[in-house]
Amino acid sequence: MNCRNAIQQISGYLDGNLDDDLKRTLEVHLNGCHHCKAVFDTTRKTVDLYCDGKLFQLPGTVRDRLHDALRAKWGTGSK
Amino acid sequence: MANFPDAGLVKDESVLVTEAKAGHYEAFEELVNRYEKKIYRLGLNLTGNPEDAEDMLQETFLKAFEHLPTFREDSRFYTWIVRIAINQGLMKLRKRRSSKEVQLDDASNDDGDVIPREFADWRPNPEQEMERTELEAILQNAARSLPMTFRTVFLLRDVEGLSTEETAEMLNLSEGAVKARLFRARLRLREELSKTLKIKKDS
Repeated sequence: MNCRNAIQQISGYLDGNLDDDLKRTLEVHLNGCHHCKAVFDTTRKTVDLYCDGKLFQLPGTVRDRLHDALRAKWGTGSK
Repeated sequence: MANFPDAGLVKDESVLVTEAKAGHYEAFEELVNRYEKKIYRLGLNLTGNPEDAEDMLQETFLKAFEHLPTFREDSRFYTWIVRIAINQGLMKLRKRRSSKEVQLDDASNDDGDVIPREFADWRPNPEQEMERTELEAILQNAARSLPMTFRTVFLLRDVEGLSTEETAEMLNLSEGAVKARLFRARLRLREELSKTLKIKKDS
């Protein structure tokens, strides 16, 4: 497997969609190719960062305004 | 699908939907509580600014409330909410920018190979080393650099956890197109983030 083919399989590998043979071939390549290993690791890190629950918190004021608007629409007023 | 009795304090989503449809505000509020953070995050990464994200958040749940009686429960409630949110977000972007910029097929001619240019390792834990707001700005800017179709596919699949099938149906794309765009989106984001997160040899 060359680098070009390895890169093409990175997304499928991340999703666990590769068959066993292809997965093994890719892993052999990644173990021997620092560039492709770095691309793979940083691609996985990219996804992890966007999913990090500590980032992009909902501010309390924004949440309050949302719930005020919903209560007003529902017509119940505050509990 | 089997209906299991309510286990403990966490109510099943379908029970909450039924109760909300019957007019119980607390049930609707519980559904909002479960998903408001995720919808806000989706808004930030889709639109790139907090005002639009807040508008999108409010419009999404107000619309959900309005259309709740017509929700047929043939999809997960969350998938239904995300669909509303994406539509609201895209509408907002179309109003703000030229419509050309937010066409969902804006990457249809972009089928070339993605060739990585950055091969450096990243700092191992940028989420611990950097200010939260700084890292959020970097992530938002990178997301905004993507064509809209790549951005929506990435956010729906990788961040919101929708399946390829759900994403394809929601964006009116084939499953193959979703997979191809997800691949390109991931590599492009990685390339963009590498500019700031890589370990610089000369530092």
